[in-house]
Amino acid sequence: MRQLDVKDRIMKELDETLAPASRAVAADIIAPEPTPTEEAIRPPAEPALFRLRDLGVWYGSKHAVSEINLDIPLNRVTALIGPSGCGKSTMLRCLNRMNDLIPAARVEGRVEYHGANIYDRSVDPVEVRRRIGMVFQKPNPFPKSIYDNVAFGARVNGIKGNMDEIVESALRRAALWEEVKGELRKSGLALSGGQQQRLCIARALAVQPDVILMDEPCSALDPIATLMIEDLIRELVQNYTIIIVTHNMQQAARVSDYTAFMLAAEHGVNGRLVEYGPTTEIFTNPREKRTEDYITGRFG
Amino acid sequence: MTRAVFERQLTEIQEDMLVMAGMVETAITQSIEALRLRDVALARRIIENDKEINRKRYECEERCIELISLQAPLASDLRTIISVLHITVDLERMADHAEGIAKIALKLSDEPPLKPYIDIPRMAEVAARMLSGALDAYKLRDAVRAREIIEMDDEVDGLYEQVYRELLTFMIDDPKTIQRATYLIWVAHNLERIADRSTNICERVVYLVEGRVYDLNVSKY
Repeated sequence: MRQLDVKDRIMKELDETLAPASRAVAADIIAPEPTPTEEAIRPPAEPALFRLRDLGVWYGSKHAVSEINLDIPLNRVTALIGPSGCGKSTMLRCLNRMNDLIPAARVEGRVEYHGANIYDRSVDPVEVRRRIGMVFQKPNPFPKSIYDNVAFGARVNGIKGNMDEIVESALRRAALWEEVKGELRKSGLALSGGQQQRLCIARALAVQPDVILMDEPCSALDPIATLMIEDLIRELVQNYTIIIVTHNMQQAARVSDYTAFMLAAEHGVNGRLVEYGPTTEIFTNPREKRTEDYITGRFG
Repeated sequence: MTRAVFERQLTEIQEDMLVMAGMVETAITQSIEALRLRDVALARRIIENDKEINRKRYECEERCIELISLQAPLASDLRTIISVLHITVDLERMADHAEGIAKIALKLSDEPPLKPYIDIPRMAEVAARMLSGALDAYKLRDAVRAREIIEMDDEVDGLYEQVYRELLTFMIDDPKTIQRATYLIWVAHNLERIADRSTNICERVVYLVEGRVYDLNVSKY
């Protein structure tokens, strides 16, 4: 009986503490604050590989993402963070025209890559996707051997050279070679989750891209496999530009050089860039209150 | 998700820090009283209370480490915890200086007075005002006020210089005063250090508000 009293009191206290806060949070999210301040968007003081200009995405009549202006630097890791439905994956998919594959998706604005708009009529989306590779949330190796998983894309894309060397080099760069070199004929599906994800990274590397897009690449992995992928990301960034979407704020803090924070008016509607800058600044001293609230866990 | 529990813990460590600060303020004021009034009992009490202040500092540090490891604080939460860690160290050292003054008060309690105390209590008064001002600036997250407090350090340094010269004159005139005068120079030095530690607290307030670490106490002395 006494224990129950204590529990009731704690619950009541919690309710009283939480109620005004959640009301305030709701008000915060609904309050429309469309344009980020200039101070909150700090373009990197180094060469940009991508320049996004007034980028917007429509799914049918729904404006999923709007007015994104962002410079993504060369050979750096840029993290996209924000609550579910803020449009970060949508924005990521714009960078290699993956949204083209979604019926009813329409992209407006420009995505300049090496100075050219990848949405120009003259641009071949297949070539875009070869140079800008992608790794997804769930490891998705083909039901083929480890060797064939890596060689597949290279063969399809007509990459010339000794295929054994191409496979070994890609597996080495994906930090998987030492673990699989004796069993390249084994099915890719027989590997552990973390190994499968590195296999997918090797597969992406084999077609010689210069950018790797990662859409929550560790969310299906255990902590050890996650740390291995994170180490790999830091290794790869010496030669590749990496853009990663992650829900794990600590991961964004650990792996990225720059962080972009996005927020939507409501789930899936009008996602916008709120703040962008060096990762250390975003995580220690953000300029925008909405960024502060999100990364300190005051809402999300 | 609003993190009500974390929020409460964050408030608690800051309240604990301010309680500790109150104890340190008392120790500083009382140490000069003990010296001036030759109050041996008071001096002993200050020395005894210092143990409690030390204990509070370690307790605060442990709670900060726990919050960092379990809650992964970021942005202003992180800056708050880092500030508390720094400020509690400064407060604990200030209390040690007050304890040092109390020990000298004990040593001097049997000695004839060298001269009436004028500048040393003035130094103590300014140093105490700096500490309470620094704590107000912390509570209000007021970087402007913090910068004003830092300016006050020059006044303390000026008084220290004055006390030092005066006591040196005593020693040259009459070597029998050397021991007492040296003790008093130590008292003044302790007060000067206390004022410096208050400027450290002010620097933390600026860090808390602006997110940058600066060395703001560039003395004219």
